[in-house]
Amino acid sequence: MQEIFNIFIKSIFIDNMVFAYFLGMCSYLAVSKTVKTSVGLGLAVIFVLGITVPVDYLLNEFVLEPGALAWVDQSFADVDLSFLSFILFIAIIASMVQLVEMIVEKFSPALYTSLGIFLPLIAVNCAILGGSLFMQERDYQSLAQATSFGLGSGVGWFLAIVGIAAIREKIRYSNVPPALRGLGITFIITGLMGIAFMSFLGIKL
Amino acid sequence: MKALREFIDKQKPHFEKGGKLEKFYSAFDAIETLLYVPDKVTTAGAHIRDAIDMKRTMITVFISLIPALLFGMWNIGYHHFLSLGESPDHWTMFFYGFLKMLPIIVVTYGVGLGLEIVFAQIRSHEVNEGFFVSGLLIPMIVPPETPLWQIAIAVAFAVIFGKEVFGGSGMNIVNPALTARAFLFFAYPSDMSGERVWISEMADSFSGATPLGNALVGNFDNMPTQWDMFMGYMPGSIGETSTLMILVGALILLATGIANWRIMLSVFAGGYIMGLLFNLWGLNDYMNMDPLSHLLLGGFAFGAVFMATDPVTAAQTNKGMYIYGFLIGVIAILIRVFNPAYPEGVMLAILLMNVFAPLIDHYVIESNIKKRLKRMKIAIKN
Repeated sequence: MQEIFNIFIKSIFIDNMVFAYFLGMCSYLAVSKTVKTSVGLGLAVIFVLGITVPVDYLLNEFVLEPGALAWVDQSFADVDLSFLSFILFIAIIASMVQLVEMIVEKFSPALYTSLGIFLPLIAVNCAILGGSLFMQERDYQSLAQATSFGLGSGVGWFLAIVGIAAIREKIRYSNVPPALRGLGITFIITGLMGIAFMSFLGIKL
Repeated sequence: MKALREFIDKQKPHFEKGGKLEKFYSAFDAIETLLYVPDKVTTAGAHIRDAIDMKRTMITVFISLIPALLFGMWNIGYHHFLSLGESPDHWTMFFYGFLKMLPIIVVTYGVGLGLEIVFAQIRSHEVNEGFFVSGLLIPMIVPPETPLWQIAIAVAFAVIFGKEVFGGSGMNIVNPALTARAFLFFAYPSDMSGERVWISEMADSFSGATPLGNALVGNFDNMPTQWDMFMGYMPGSIGETSTLMILVGALILLATGIANWRIMLSVFAGGYIMGLLFNLWGLNDYMNMDPLSHLLLGGFAFGAVFMATDPVTAAQTNKGMYIYGFLIGVIAILIRVFNPAYPEGVMLAILLMNVFAPLIDHYVIESNIKKRLKRMKIAIKN
């Protein structure tokens, strides 16, 4: 239990997807203009990460890992399908994103239009694939650990995008040099936020 | 005085549009407004009359920093001679610290104001008074042995990326002084922590670790007494050691209404409550430390009084201020106790909450709007 909680906290603050690995930057930069839409996208990312990481964990554990197919028949014990992980992970992610898209369209058409192309693009968001690949690389021991990692990473990404959206709403009144307006200043703010998030770097859980 | 005024008036045409020194107008303007109250008045539609302006605000903060600064100078000398085993009179100690401190202050103001003037000229706005305070804060939060070139780079980074890219004072997201300190901390870690940097030119055999540095490695044997912590007789960054002097500054700020008491109060409350919680948990010596010591040690008081209350980067709503301050206190103590990489957490806690302050404000305002809408609906119904 302690371990699961630690993984959750760690993936939110210490191994934050945006500030520690700079993953998922495209939608992070593009959809962070207002807090409202960024909350919507952030929730979608939490949802997708929270589902795909455990599903990919099961896939990895029972199909892809070297020797994972032993449960079918002993003769498969030396089969290594891990070269398939990229394509299968992506397939799972894409289908999950389809699901999210349908849910959002049904229940919140306004959010659906304001997210626009970036909702289906979650499918190729590197934070999502990154979540699954980190899960594989870090070798989590149980489904619960993988789930808490997926949810935690999602919450970390959510915090990052909501935080920067509030800042971008505030600096609308700032006199930013014309050349830096838009993406330029957003990158600089992200860097400053990264410095602030370094406060958690080095905490051992 | 009259001669000075006449001199300035005589020089003025050279700097105005079309004059041959047009390029230096912002520098000239900065000096003129520093010496004399500008006579610009709004001609129409002024809605608020107030005796205080940006310049006076900044001067007040500047004055409130002086006690801590003077004590810091004396403290540098005190620890230098203590490490050598000598005890000269107080003036010698003070003068030694003064000479140590002077180059740092000169470099900070030189680099910072130079950049400000360049930016003001290019972007055709006036030189803001903001750096007047930042330029004194930065020397006070660095160790006395910081190399001057590092300070120059850090100040340049803070002024450009912490402030000027957002359009100057009043528009920045993170506190420029803390940005400079964080830059130094992450860029030159070996010059910013450890045992050697806190006491200037100390004897080799002497251990110069700060109390927090000792606490981090589990050494609680030579903790100063709480009275010493309060008075500030311990090594540390130049301005941060004496809680007493900082409280004098805090009184000035609160009496004049420059700093907000909500933030100060909630930072201290957050730190104290977190310390108490750790006492209840009590896994190791550090967790068992008296919460009051947490507030007296390191940069806690300095950060709470001078950094967290920065009106630009703090939360703007009243309710938001309580949340913002409280979280600063909590996170600062959390980092101190939990993070083995950093002995002190106040700087990073304030930076982190600076980043999230706009978000806190956003939600405070949203909830207020919702509450009012609800009230209106009920009123209409009746």
